[in-house]
Amino acid sequence: MSDPMAEIRASFFIECEELLESLQDSLELMDSGEADDETVNVMFRAVHSIKGGAGAFGLDELVAFAHKFETVMDMVRNGDLTPDHELVKLFFVCGDKLSDLVRQARDGEEYDPTQYADTLAKLDALIGEDESDEEEIDFQPAALSLELGGEGEGTAPGLPDLPGLPPLGGDDGADADAAAASQEPVLHIRFTPETALYASGNEPLYLFRAVRDLGDLTVRCIEDKLPPLEALDPEKAFLSWELTLLSGEGEAAVREAFDFVDGLCELTVTEQTAAGGDSQPDPVETAAPSTGSPDKSGADTSAELPTPAAPSGTRAAPIDTAEPAEKPAAPPADKKAGKPQAKSAGSKSTGAKKSAAATPRATVRVDLDRIDRLVNLVGEIVINQAMLSQSVEEAGLPPNSPVRTGLDEFLQLTRDIQESVMMIRAQPVKSLFQRMARIVREASAAVGKEVRLITEGENTEIDKTVIERLADPLTHMIRNAVDHGLESAEERLAVGKCAEGIITLNASHRSGRVVIEISDDGAGINRERVHQIAIDKGLIDPDLQLSDSDIDNLLFLPGFSTASEVSNLSGRGVGMDVVRSAIQALGGRISIASTAGKGTTFSISLPLTLAVLDGMIVRVAGETLVVPLNVIQETLALGPDDIRPFGPDTHVVNIRNTFVPLLDLGAELGYREPLVDYANSVILLIAQDDGERAAVVVDSIEDQRQVVIKGLQDSYGHVPGIAAATILGDGQIALILDPLDLISEASGCTRPQSSSELTAG
Amino acid sequence: MTEELNETAAPVEVEEKELLSFLVSGQDYSVDIMSVREIRSGASATSLPHSPDYVRGVINLRGTVLPIIDLAKRLGMEADLDESRNVIIVVAVEDRTFGLMVDAVSDILSIPEHEMQTPPEMRADVEHNFVSALTIVKDRMIRVLDLNAVMPPSREEAA
Repeated sequence: MSDPMAEIRASFFIECEELLESLQDSLELMDSGEADDETVNVMFRAVHSIKGGAGAFGLDELVAFAHKFETVMDMVRNGDLTPDHELVKLFFVCGDKLSDLVRQARDGEEYDPTQYADTLAKLDALIGEDESDEEEIDFQPAALSLELGGEGEGTAPGLPDLPGLPPLGGDDGADADAAAASQEPVLHIRFTPETALYASGNEPLYLFRAVRDLGDLTVRCIEDKLPPLEALDPEKAFLSWELTLLSGEGEAAVREAFDFVDGLCELTVTEQTAAGGDSQPDPVETAAPSTGSPDKSGADTSAELPTPAAPSGTRAAPIDTAEPAEKPAAPPADKKAGKPQAKSAGSKSTGAKKSAAATPRATVRVDLDRIDRLVNLVGEIVINQAMLSQSVEEAGLPPNSPVRTGLDEFLQLTRDIQESVMMIRAQPVKSLFQRMARIVREASAAVGKEVRLITEGENTEIDKTVIERLADPLTHMIRNAVDHGLESAEERLAVGKCAEGIITLNASHRSGRVVIEISDDGAGINRERVHQIAIDKGLIDPDLQLSDSDIDNLLFLPGFSTASEVSNLSGRGVGMDVVRSAIQALGGRISIASTAGKGTTFSISLPLTLAVLDGMIVRVAGETLVVPLNVIQETLALGPDDIRPFGPDTHVVNIRNTFVPLLDLGAELGYREPLVDYANSVILLIAQDDGERAAVVVDSIEDQRQVVIKGLQDSYGHVPGIAAATILGDGQIALILDPLDLISEASGCTRPQSSSELTAG
Repeated sequence: MTEELNETAAPVEVEEKELLSFLVSGQDYSVDIMSVREIRSGASATSLPHSPDYVRGVINLRGTVLPIIDLAKRLGMEADLDESRNVIIVVAVEDRTFGLMVDAVSDILSIPEHEMQTPPEMRADVEHNFVSALTIVKDRMIRVLDLNAVMPPSREEAA
């Protein structure tokens, strides 16, 4: 039992992610002023769906928050509120808080009311205003369902008090006294769902809940049409319900609750005052079997089972009013009472239809492991195919023989397949950029700067793992840009810039790599200051002459921080050096360009995928090795004068008058003893991004090609100096070098004598 | 022999262990057949730097990188046979898969649980650590290998 529930829960949270994403999209549309009616509807639906799902899992805080958010959005939808800049800003914050709540619920973290109090208060303020407005226009809003519960008055046990909830926004909740209770008009609702209603995943329970929010509700299930069990078609709808609502809301408000199933059911609503009421259908809240608990039925829908008309009566009245109410009843009642008449039925029903067919994107969720297996297998095909080509070549068949032509076509196909499979792992950077938008909002609020984030190329796709691992470095860089990059509003105005700072986040494909640029339009890097700080901190020699780009690169030194004060945001000592190593771990590079007064741009260049790598195939001591191409600065053959003895066991190489330590790859990996003479050997000049370089001796350079990366960690474990393995065209395994690891672990020993014990380690 | 055992075993429900036996430097060893994935001929392995001498290297097993352990070296014996005739037994322990390089595979044995003997404590033998049980089949002593002990210790690293 617990397992399926956990799965459903997990899928709910995945859905939440998607819904939050669409919420963000709409908010951005609103922010840019391109919003139309549908935008608000989309937002509303997203929040509403989250609320619905959260209710099913008993996530009360989430429901309460989503509900307030939804209420305010509904006011915008009704035209009671204009989405001005301030409101959109508040919505952004709400969206952030909502995703916090979702995350907390998912990870089972503690709910901290103080975090949300501020936002809730703002929402309440808006709801409150609205309520008071309405009171003037409308008659007594039915906030009294709460009062009923409190006083134990009324025919049915009213909605109970909500102890766990923050106080409701409107003060007028208290004003709306219970005096009006008995004069409430009674609405009889007859609701007969058609089979299509269930087929499209709707659940009467939710509809009834929405109706319950309008007032005092009793529900009765009518099972007349229910055939005997043997004749029952579980896919068909047989049940109908009679609802009796004691509420001041008009018929329109009730119809609105059924908006989403418009056209999928028969709905009749008749209104009568309580005084002249017909004999009401028996309230069934006590008779309702408690087996159809809301959680369970909620779970059923989340599992996307078509809810069949239940043969037993258990599902018949899932709402009994004794069930603890998860949401405050008053605000929805108010908002629904807001402008019931003003809504054009036409526009509403189109909205409802759109949501009924709510399939935002046709996607399939696949376990990442399966995709990885597929990627692996395709890698195999590529390797196999290379082997096949080799043997066909060796068989000496003429170039235009059918086998050769067939093989060429096969080659083309494998390439296509490989590309498509890589595409499966690729995801647009959009989700990442949205997270950054939030960072900008929070960071700018923290330092009191007006910042606008412009994102470009958010549909650029990169490998999923890369996206995940980019989040931290990007966050850091964005915070840096807000905190250090941009000047304060006064300073900006003083130099004739707009007070609002602009940070641009741009992703694009460039020659087989993805380039992500983070630029700000701030003051640029203060090179004098950077230089001075580096000297003060003892990071560089004061006498060293540095070019502008050299100085810019000082930012990447460990322990460098320009902020004279440690601010809340950045400058905690972990700086750009951490960012850089994170980027490097992804096989990427990072560079800075800065113009004084114009701003700073950081460019991150990343490989499209982590599964394939551009490498140079080299041979050393009879072994074939792959060196990642992105670390090789140049390759050269050593002349006899280029190599100089350095220490008793070491050599340095003179490359255009700079001395670089010499490393013998064969000796470092323990394949052989250091050579007696390195003259005329081939070296690869390997550069670390911190400027550290090494000349690595290899026997020969064989080829340069893409190789499929095969991890060694899982099967064997970490090997010093080795990043991974790959399979070459002849089926042999070649190891892929981890040059940075190799250099940092290197003994540097390049003399045969007295060296054996050094290389052994 | 196996048939006889089966006949007697069936009614009494004797727990039997099936073992794959093989030769390492002329000695009989065996592993639980349930951990054996496949048997394949030797291939030239790519050696791993900084690895213990009994780790032969890695080979390509249909796209998987498979570490190979030279069992003779691992058990501290002389590897005397012509290497090209070696056989690799691919075994899986927990979630790790690796190959054992042996001289030859000999037989599949069904041994009743009660015929398994615990190996005696022998301080002088390093090799002893790798044997989890002993049994006698046709006057030959068969050692049952403890695969967990044979595997090189996995060097866990936060990836």
